[in-house]
Amino acid sequence: MNLAEGVQIVSFGILGVMMIVTALGVVLLPKIVHSAFLLAGVFISISGLYILLNADFVAAAQILVYVGAVNVLILFAIMLVNKQEDYSELPGRRLRQVSTAVVCFGLFALLGTMVLATPWSLNTTSPAVIDNTIVALGEHFFSDYLLPFELASVLLLMAMVGSIILARRDLIPESSSTPGTVTTKLTLPERPRELASLSGDSDRQ
Amino acid sequence: MNSGIDLQGSFVQTLKDFGLSAGLAKAIWLPLPMLLMIIGATIGVLVVVWLERKISAAAQQRIGPEYAGPLGVLQPVADGIKLVFKEDVIPAKADPWLFTLGPILVVIPVFLSYLIVPFGQNLIISDINVGIFIWISLSSIAPIGLLMAGYASNNKYSLLGGLRAAAQSISYEIPLALSVLAIVMMSNSLSTIDIVEQQAGYGILGWNIWRQPVGFIIFWIAALAECERLPFDLPEAEEELVAGYQTEYSGMKFALFYLGSYVNLVLSALVFAILYLGGWEFFIPLDRLADWIGVAETTPWLQVLTASLGIIMTLVKAYFLVFIAILLRWTVPRVRIDQLLDLGWKFLLPVSLANLLITAALKLSFPLAFGG
Repeated sequence: MNLAEGVQIVSFGILGVMMIVTALGVVLLPKIVHSAFLLAGVFISISGLYILLNADFVAAAQILVYVGAVNVLILFAIMLVNKQEDYSELPGRRLRQVSTAVVCFGLFALLGTMVLATPWSLNTTSPAVIDNTIVALGEHFFSDYLLPFELASVLLLMAMVGSIILARRDLIPESSSTPGTVTTKLTLPERPRELASLSGDSDRQ
Repeated sequence: MNSGIDLQGSFVQTLKDFGLSAGLAKAIWLPLPMLLMIIGATIGVLVVVWLERKISAAAQQRIGPEYAGPLGVLQPVADGIKLVFKEDVIPAKADPWLFTLGPILVVIPVFLSYLIVPFGQNLIISDINVGIFIWISLSSIAPIGLLMAGYASNNKYSLLGGLRAAAQSISYEIPLALSVLAIVMMSNSLSTIDIVEQQAGYGILGWNIWRQPVGFIIFWIAALAECERLPFDLPEAEEELVAGYQTEYSGMKFALFYLGSYVNLVLSALVFAILYLGGWEFFIPLDRLADWIGVAETTPWLQVLTASLGIIMTLVKAYFLVFIAILLRWTVPRVRIDQLLDLGWKFLLPVSLANLLITAALKLSFPLAFGG
């Protein structure tokens, strides 16, 4: 066993333990903020595993997207929401728990079958071992994975346009119409004072 | 092409000649550049702190630090020693774990990013394929540390500062990444070495700053915002938030924040120098000059000369940018938080997208000048 293999095995062990411990922490800790911070730990360990698999671009993208954006947004949501609510028993709690267990077990079974069914072993001389992962990723995106790639980009574009429309709507401070007269389906229930409709605003501008 | 001085190769070869195995020689080599880089980054911070004090004093017609060492050069060292020996206070109702982890999470990614800063053809810790992308993704970890510090302090100013820091960092990451993407598109590579190589050959005329006149302004604004430098230092705005997320910190933990912010400033300046100012390249193309006066490229003294000139040039460019950042700090007033977010989302984001599109169009139409 040479240096590189030893480092790989040791870091795999560390990353695996870190991932399992932090994931358990996310589920089991009582404070939601601690769970959210530990979620970042889970994402970082996953990115470490990607590095061990030579997927350097995916690892960096994992950190950028999941740690830098998703996790920060989760933390934002937790810290900006100030909702004090007493714990109360939901109706049909038993049924909810059973259905959750069924769904979780189904997911686990699906992933387990996938793990068992995939042929994992690659020898180092096979063409599947690549130097420049970015080029390989790009080629896959624009050939055999074109449809999912384009669909995902259209979806993201739609989400962006939607969020811009929602954001612009809030930023028009005083509409000339009196509040409460214009009611559309785009009304946010939390903000009954700003009921300016989109079509009305574009007319006025 | 000759690759210049290869320190790693010759070091490993020397150890092998002493009879060590190849793996052991590599293992002895590995920590050396990392240690050197960490020490270099820390010393760089001391220099920047001294510069900041002196230049701000000059901007306000004061003298600045004067008694600690000649011209007060030892003042940052004195500051550092003071911070090390200060009592480390954790507020009574704070969350002690998160309170301790926060500053660590802010500092580590910044130091890790020095992995990709090249000072010469082979003077880089690791030339990885994803190069500059690592810097962008690592810099996105810092807001988590800031949020953690802000939340754990159990103080409303800290929490507001942490939230502001995270909001600012998320908004300016996008124009930053888009302006870097325009450069990457021209160099056909994410590796910092390739980005500098692509600017080589024509001296100062080949630098990306001429090809990306909009991109470099966007990059500089976004980098200043990411470093929380003064036009954008809202997370720690003294007049509004006491000191933002640093309010409850003292001693070594405060020193970590302080160190982290200055290391980040130097790092941003270095990355700017690499992306737009030709990295280690001199103002005139040295290899052509050597060719012209008839010195072979493989001459040892020429290689040593170009290598040391490369290090000096990188540092000169970076410290010039740091100087501009310090001057900006003492001349520009602070923006409000809504102005900050407006600038980021409504101005920089569309402009950087347009810049990316124009770069792509120019690359297609003039492949010679814009890296086909």
